Amino acid sequence: MAPWNPRTEEMPLDELKRLQFKLLKSLVYRLYSFNDFYRRRMKEHQVHPDDIKTLEDVAKLPFMYKSDLRDGYPDKIFTAEQNELVRYHVSSGTTGKPTVVGYTERDIQNWSESLARAFSSCGLGRGDVIQVSYGYGLFTGGLGAHYGAERVGATVLPTSVGNTERQIELMQDLRVTAIACTPSYLLHIGEVAEKMGVSIKNDTDLRMGILGAEPWSEQMRTRIEDWLGIRAYDIYGTSELSGPMFTECTEQKGIHIWGDLALVEIIDPATGEVLGPGEQGELTITMLQKEALPMVRYRIGDLTAVEDGVCPCGRTHPRIGRIRGRVDDMLIIRGINVFPSQVEHALLEIPGVGKHFQIVVDRKGALDSMLVRVEVSEEVFSDKITELMVIKKTVEHRLRSSLNVSVDVELVEPGTLPRFEGKSKKVVDRRSL
Amino acid sequence: MEDSYIVKQISIFSENRPGRLAAVAGALRDAGINIFAFSIAEANGFGVVRALVDRPEDAYRTLTDLGFRVSFTDVIGVKMRDEPGGLSDIASILGDAGINIEYAYAYSGKDAAVLILRVDQVEDAVRQILARGGELLKASLFR
Repeated sequence: MAPWNPRTEEMPLDELKRLQFKLLKSLVYRLYSFNDFYRRRMKEHQVHPDDIKTLEDVAKLPFMYKSDLRDGYPDKIFTAEQNELVRYHVSSGTTGKPTVVGYTERDIQNWSESLARAFSSCGLGRGDVIQVSYGYGLFTGGLGAHYGAERVGATVLPTSVGNTERQIELMQDLRVTAIACTPSYLLHIGEVAEKMGVSIKNDTDLRMGILGAEPWSEQMRTRIEDWLGIRAYDIYGTSELSGPMFTECTEQKGIHIWGDLALVEIIDPATGEVLGPGEQGELTITMLQKEALPMVRYRIGDLTAVEDGVCPCGRTHPRIGRIRGRVDDMLIIRGINVFPSQVEHALLEIPGVGKHFQIVVDRKGALDSMLVRVEVSEEVFSDKITELMVIKKTVEHRLRSSLNVSVDVELVEPGTLPRFEGKSKKVVDRRSL
Repeated sequence: MEDSYIVKQISIFSENRPGRLAAVAGALRDAGINIFAFSIAEANGFGVVRALVDRPEDAYRTLTDLGFRVSFTDVIGVKMRDEPGGLSDIASILGDAGINIEYAYAYSGKDAAVLILRVDQVEDAVRQILARGGELLKASLFR
C-alpha cells in the first residue's frame, strides 16, 4: 500500500544511514552531557562521544538492559523533567519489578507516526473500522494502536481485552474491518464466535488482523488466515521502545523497522558480538529520537534476524524476521536450548494436532524431562487405543527430530489446556534448581 | 439387512485421572440416558470409555456439548447362552470365518448374556452369525 511518509520510507539506503549517523551522534552527545547514568556507563566502558565516527561505531557503546530500567525505578534515568511529560506507561513486572516509561509530546507523536506508517503499509486507512482488543491502560498495546489508527484516519473501536461475546456482537454490528490483538486472543474470538453460531469468515466484514505482543509462527498465520478469512500481519514493539511500533507490510516479508526512529542490531546473546544479516540473535535497538527515555543498544531479549535486501514494497528501511522466542524463555533441557516457539512450529506441521499446547519441564533424579501436552482433536480421535498411541508416537518423533531432545507427549481432553487473553504462558517449569 | 444389526457404540476420550468416569456417567445420568454396557480401554496416561446406551445420538450431543471428544463406532451385540460354552460358540463362528475381533466386552443381563464385538468385517460377521443360528441385538433398540 502507498507509503504514509514516502520521503522517509523510500529514502535511499545510504541517505538513511547518513541520517542515522547524524541522529546517533547527537543522541550520544546529549546523553553524555545531560544524563548521569549514561555518562557513567560510557566512562566505565572507556568510550567518549568523539569515538563515534561512523554508524558502525555504535558497537563501541555499552548495552542497556531491562535491569537498568528496574534499577532506575521509577524515573531515575529519564532525560526529561516531569513537567515535560504527557504520559506514563508501566510494564506489568511479571519478570521482576515493574518499569516505568515516560513520554514527551514529541515521543507520542513519533510513536503515532511510526504506527501510521506501519498501519498504512498493511492497508489500513480511512474507511476502515479497527477494533483494538489490546489492553488499554498501563499496558502500551491499546493506546498505542489506538493513536496510530486514528492518525491514519481509521475509526477506532476501543474494546480492550475481555467480554468476548460482546466484542463479536460489536464486530458484526459496527462492520469492523480490522482487529488489533494477540494472535491467541484472536483464536479465542474465533472459537467463541463459532460457539455463538457466528463465522468470522462469512458473517463479518473483518479483513485483517494486526497481531502481536507474543511470539507466533508462519503456520499459525496460515491457520488464522484460512480459518477466519482475513490477512494477518505481525506487529512488533515493547514498552521500552514506546510500545507497539512496527509491522509487516502487505508483502508479509518481515517487519519494517523505521531507521530514522530506531537503529537495529542483532547480537550474539552469549558473546555480545554484532551478527550479520540473516543470522539469528538477540534484537538490540537504539531509539534515535526519544526524548524522555532514550534507549541505547537496548538488549530486548527477543530472538530474530535482520532480513537481507530491500522489500519488494519499495520501503528501504531494514526488516526483521519473525520473533523466534525470548532469550530468557529459552529452556535448557539436558544442556540443549529449546524455545517454546519451536514446539509450536513443530506441532502446527502435524495435521490434526490442536493449536493449544503446554510444556511441562521437570527433573527426574538428575535428568531433565520435557512433557508436551496436546489436546485430542476431532480429526485424530479414534476409538482404537493403538491409533491414539500412533498419534502420540508421531508427535513425540516430530518433536524429537526438531528439538534434538526427547519429549514425552500426553494427549489431553479438548478444552482442558488454559487459554489466555493476554500473553500466553505455555511453559510450566517444575524443576527446583 | 445386515445394517439393522449394526449398533452405534459411543467412544469417549478420557484422561487417566480420578473423576473422569464420574464426569461421563454423571452427564449421562443428568440426560436420562441408560447405559447397557461399557468398558474402559486404558493406555499410558489416557483411556477410551466405550459404552452402549439407549439413545446414542443424545449421548453424543450431551457429551460433546460438555467438551468431551466423542465418536461413534459400529459394533454388534451377540446373545450368548449364559452357561459354559456360550462364548466359545460365538468365538468359533468368527474364528472359522476368518473374522478378526478388535475388541470385545460382555454383560450378563436378565434375558441373556450379550457379547459386544468390534470386528474388522462387520457385515460379514453379521451374515456368518445369523447363518450359524446366532442371535443379534437389533439396532432399533438403540435410538
